[in-house]
Amino acid sequence: MTNHWSDIQNADLVLIMGGNAAEAHPCGFKWVTEAKARNKARLVVVDPRFTRSASVADLYAPIRTGTDIAFLGGLINYLLENDKIQHEYVVNYTDVAFIVKEGFGFEDGLFNGYDADKRSYPDKTAWGYELDEDGFARVDKSLSHPRCVYNLLKQHYSRYTPEVVSNICGTPQDRMLQVWEAIAETSAPGKAMTVMYALGWTQHSTGSQMIRTGAMVQLLLGNIGMPGGGMNALRGHSNIQGLTDLGLLSNLLPGYLTLPLEAEQDYAAYIAKRTAKPLRPGQLSYWQHYEKFHVSLMKAWYGKNATAENNWGYDWLPKLDIPGYDVLKVFDMMYQGQVNGYFCQGFNPIASFPNKAKVSAALAKLKYLVIMDPLATETSEFWRNAGEYNDVDTAAIQTTVFRLPTSCFAEENGSLVNSGRWLQWHWKAAEPPGQAQTDVVIMGGLFHRLRELYRKEGGAYAEPLLNIDWAYRQPEEPTAEEIAQEYNGKALGDVFDLQSGAQLAKAGEQLSGFGLLRADGSTSCGCWIFSGSWTQAGNQMARRDNADPYGMGQTLGWAWSWPANRRILYNRASADPAGNPWNPEKKRLVWWDGGKWGGTDVPDFKVDSPPADGMNPFIMNPEGVARLFAIDKMNEGPFPEHYEPFETPIGRNPMHPDNPQAISNPAARVFKNDMELFGTAKEFPYAATTYRLTEHFHFWTKHCRLNAITQPEQFVEIGEVLANELGIKAGERVKVSSNRGYIKAVAVVTKRIKPLTVDGQTVHHIGIPLHWGFAGVARNGYLTNTLTPFVGDANTQTPEFKSFLVNVEKA
Amino acid sequence: MMATQDVIARSATTTERPSIREIGEVAKLIDTSKCIGCKACQVACSEWNDLRDEVGTSAGTYDNPIDLTAQSWTVMKFAEYENPGSGNLEWLIRKDGCMHCADPGCLKACPSPGAIVKYANGIVDFNQDHCIGCGYCITGCPFDIPRISEKDKKAYKCTLCSDRVSVGLEPACVKTCPTGAIVFGSKADMKEHAAGRIADLKERGFDQAGLYDPDGVGGTHVMYVLHHADQPSLYSALPDEPTISPLVSLWKGVTKPLALLGMGAAVLAGFFHYTRVGPVRVEEEQENAELSEPVVHQVDPSVHVVDPKEPRP
Repeated sequence: MTNHWSDIQNADLVLIMGGNAAEAHPCGFKWVTEAKARNKARLVVVDPRFTRSASVADLYAPIRTGTDIAFLGGLINYLLENDKIQHEYVVNYTDVAFIVKEGFGFEDGLFNGYDADKRSYPDKTAWGYELDEDGFARVDKSLSHPRCVYNLLKQHYSRYTPEVVSNICGTPQDRMLQVWEAIAETSAPGKAMTVMYALGWTQHSTGSQMIRTGAMVQLLLGNIGMPGGGMNALRGHSNIQGLTDLGLLSNLLPGYLTLPLEAEQDYAAYIAKRTAKPLRPGQLSYWQHYEKFHVSLMKAWYGKNATAENNWGYDWLPKLDIPGYDVLKVFDMMYQGQVNGYFCQGFNPIASFPNKAKVSAALAKLKYLVIMDPLATETSEFWRNAGEYNDVDTAAIQTTVFRLPTSCFAEENGSLVNSGRWLQWHWKAAEPPGQAQTDVVIMGGLFHRLRELYRKEGGAYAEPLLNIDWAYRQPEEPTAEEIAQEYNGKALGDVFDLQSGAQLAKAGEQLSGFGLLRADGSTSCGCWIFSGSWTQAGNQMARRDNADPYGMGQTLGWAWSWPANRRILYNRASADPAGNPWNPEKKRLVWWDGGKWGGTDVPDFKVDSPPADGMNPFIMNPEGVARLFAIDKMNEGPFPEHYEPFETPIGRNPMHPDNPQAISNPAARVFKNDMELFGTAKEFPYAATTYRLTEHFHFWTKHCRLNAITQPEQFVEIGEVLANELGIKAGERVKVSSNRGYIKAVAVVTKRIKPLTVDGQTVHHIGIPLHWGFAGVARNGYLTNTLTPFVGDANTQTPEFKSFLVNVEKA
Repeated sequence: MMATQDVIARSATTTERPSIREIGEVAKLIDTSKCIGCKACQVACSEWNDLRDEVGTSAGTYDNPIDLTAQSWTVMKFAEYENPGSGNLEWLIRKDGCMHCADPGCLKACPSPGAIVKYANGIVDFNQDHCIGCGYCITGCPFDIPRISEKDKKAYKCTLCSDRVSVGLEPACVKTCPTGAIVFGSKADMKEHAAGRIADLKERGFDQAGLYDPDGVGGTHVMYVLHHADQPSLYSALPDEPTISPLVSLWKGVTKPLALLGMGAAVLAGFFHYTRVGPVRVEEEQENAELSEPVVHQVDPSVHVVDPKEPRP
C-alpha cells in the first residue's frame, strides 16, 4: 500500500476493484465502514461477481474478468475528455510535460521494437525521454509538444470510448458511466479516492499493467500521496509484504536492491547502473545512494570478509543468466527433469500453483523433496493416492519426501509486515507442538552441516557459503531479536555527518535510520528500508501507542512503518507546490512551515528543501515526478493496453481484431508445453475465475474444525441464467473442466453472477473458490488449481489464476 | 450466569420476582447494512461457548451450518433480492439467533420451573439443569430459535453471553465483529445508535431503512437495523410481525395454571408424564401431530443425523 489500513478512513470514495476486501480482508475492511461514517464516503465495487464487498457497496458494476485495463483506460479517456483531472497536481507532480523520444510508437496493438519470435521487446531504447545537452529530460510545460507524455497519453486512450469499453468489459454503459462520474468527482483538489486491490489484479497475464492503469488514474485525479488516497495492494498473506521487502524473489536482494545479471561481472558498472542521477535539475533521486545500501548489506552478510579490496564480496553474489528463477520457471525446469531436490518452506505448490497435473508430475521427478510447514500439506503427500481427489500411482513415485514440522507465527517472537508496511512485533503465545522447530533452527542447522561438509571435503566455489558471518549468540538458533537488529543495521566504526563532520553514531551502536548508511564499510544493514526499526532506543516495532494527535489516523507511535516510519508514501504530494495542504481542514498530512517540512506524518521528502527550490515529491524517481509513461520499466510497453486473457471467451481482441499477435499479452513468457494446453471457447465456453472465501485462509484453515464448519465443502458458483440453461439446481454436483483437468463440486446457483454481453456474444462466468484439498478436517475436495493455466504476468510471472476457460456439466 | 436476584421472570413459576435491584436493559444491535457475512460471530460464539458442531455439507448456498442447531447458536442467513424499485441486486445477510424478547414466548411455554429465566437486563436464558427436553420453547418461539440437542435432549440457544455480560463484557460476537456491524450497550443507547445508522441509510437511498424491535413480543433485546424495515421477511424470513403462538397463550392461560396447581406435591415422575402428555394434546387438536418424542425432534434440524464421513449420495 502507498497508504495504510487505518488511513482508508480518510477517503471520500472507496474503489474496490481487483479485490474483494470484505471477503479476503474483513478486519481491514472496517476502515471502509469508518470512511463511510466519517466522510459519508461512497463505496464502489467493480467485479465479475456481486461479492460480499458489493453487498455493502453504494454502487456495483459487473465486469468481465481480465478486462480491467479497458475499463480503466476508458476512465482515463473520460477524465481527459471531460477535464476531470487535478491540473496543478498533474502538471507539477507527473511526467505529462516530458518529451518522449522520437521512434516511440504504437501500432495495431504492439509498441515499437517487438520481436515475435522472442515474444518480447528486446530493444526499448525509444521508450524514454528526450535528453538535453546536460543529460536532463526535456519538458514542455505548455503541453503543446506532440510527443509530450500528455499528448501521447491522450492519443493512446482516445480509442477507449465508452462504447468500445462496454463492448469489451460487458459492463452496461450507463452503469459504467455512473462509476466513472463518481470517480471523477475526486479530481477536486482536496478530495481523495482510495483504490483497494488485491490478487484480482495481480493474477492476470496483464496484472502489473492493470495495477499501473489504476495508478495512472490516481495520478490524474491527484490522489497519490493524499490521506485517504493511494494505490493500496491488500496483501494475500499476513507477511507477504515482508517477503518482498526482504527480497525473497529470485532476482531481488533485500530492500528492493537487485541481483546482478550474468553480463554484470564488473562491480563498478553494477553500481553505476543503479545509481540514478537526477533527470531534472534540483531533484533528489534517492537511488543515488544505492551503493551505501548495497555495501551495508554485504557487510551484514559477510562481516569482515567483505572488504573494499574484494568489492565487498561482489563475486560471491549469484549472477542471473535469465531474468529470474520465478516459481513457474523452477517448476517448468523440474517438469523437464532439470531439478533434483527442492526445499519447500511454507508453500504448498501442488495446491497453490497452476495446472496441478504438471506440478505433480514435476514433483515426481525430484530425487528428494523437503517440506517445512506447520501443517501436513497436500504437497507433502502428493504421492498419496487420495482416490478421485489425487489419483496417482504411488508405487511409480520415487521421490523421497522429508517432512519437517515447523512452528507457526504464534509460536515464536518476530515481526510481521502488514499491507500498510507496518512492522509489528509479536510475542510467542504458545510452545510449538511435538517436534516442531522454528524455520530458523532448521535453516541454521542445515547451514552449519553444509558449511562443515564444504570445509572438510571442499567443493565447487564454496566461498559464498564459507565467508558468511554468523555472529549470533547461539549459532544453532539465532533469535528473532538478533536478526531484527541485523536488518536495522549498526555502526561498525564511528559514523560522521558527511558535511559537518559531527559524530552521528559510535562503533557498535544500532543505527537510527538509513541516512547513516555508508559505502565505505563502516556500517552494516541487512535491509536498508528497515533501518530505524530497532535503534539504540530499542525495538520500534514493539511500540503500541495509538495516540492520534491530529485525528488523521496516522498513529506514528504504533509499531513502525518503512521507510523511516513514514505512513503515507510520496506524502509531499498532499501539499500544493507552495507547500500548503490541498485540503487544510480534512486532509492535512505534511506541510512547509517556513523552515522545514513536518506535520501529521513523517515527511517522505528532504525536510529542509523549501518549496521554492522546486524539488518534486516522487523522490525515488530520477525525474522527481510520477510516471504516466513507464519508460522502459514494463515488459509490454510504456502505456497499458488491453489484451485478452490467454484463454479468452471471445477468441479475439476487439481492440486489434486483425492482429493475432496482439490477442493476449505479447510479452508474456509462455512455455511450449503449456501453450499446447490452452483451451478455446469452442470446447470450454465459460469464463472462470478463482478466489478465496472469508471463512477460510488459503489451504490452511481446512485443517481447523471451526473454519471447516463454516464452509465444509467445495462448491462453484454459477449464475442463475446459465444454471437454468444447463438444468443445474443449487446443491447438485457439477463437473467443471478445463483443458488441463476437471474438478467436481456442489453448485451454488446465484443471481450474483449475471451473463454479460461481450463483443456481440453472451459471456457467463463460473466462480471457483480454492480452499479444498485432500488433507485436513473439511470435506475432501479437488484442488482447484487442477484447472488453471500455467502462464504468468509478463513482469512478475504471477500466474493467471483469475481468467481462464472451463466447461460445466452435471456430474 | 447472572445473580438470582436479577431474575425477573422464571418459567412455570408463580412466586414474586425479586425486585429490589435497579438494572438497566441491555441490547445487541445488528446492523445488516454493515454486515459482510464473514461468520466471525459464528466462530466466536462457538469458541466462547465451547461448541463444536459437525462438519456439514454445502447445500448450494453460503449458509453454513444451514440452520441453527444445539451447537450453533447463531448462523448467518444469506438472501439474494432483486429490488424492483432500484433495479439493483442486494445480498441481504442476517445474523440469526435468539432475539431475547421482552415477552419471551419460550418462557411462557416452558412447563419446567426455572428452565427458562428472564433477567432484569432483558437477557432470556435457558438453565439446562432444569430443562426436560419437551420442546415447548420451540413452539413458543416466534423466531424458531431453540434447538434440542441430540446428545442430552436439552434445549439450547444464544445466551447473549449472559456470563460475559454479568461481568461487564460484551457478548463474544460483538467483541469479534470486524466491521462494527454488531454493537452492544443499553437498549436506549442502541436505539440512539440505530437512529444515526438509519439516517445514513436514508441518505444513501434506502427510504424504508428502520429499526426492528417488534412490538408483538414486547420489543427485543437483539435488534436489527434493516435497509428495508417495511419488509423484514426479505431477510431470510425474519417475521414481519412476530407474535407468540395462540397455542402458547392457551397453554399459559388455561392449561398451565391448572398444571401447576395439579403439580402441588407431585413426584418428579408424575410431572414428567403430565408435561409430556398434556401439551401434546393441544397440538393434536391443531394438526394431529404424533404423540411420542419425535414430535419435538421433527421441528429440530439439529437432530438430523449427519455423518460428515459418509459419502454423498
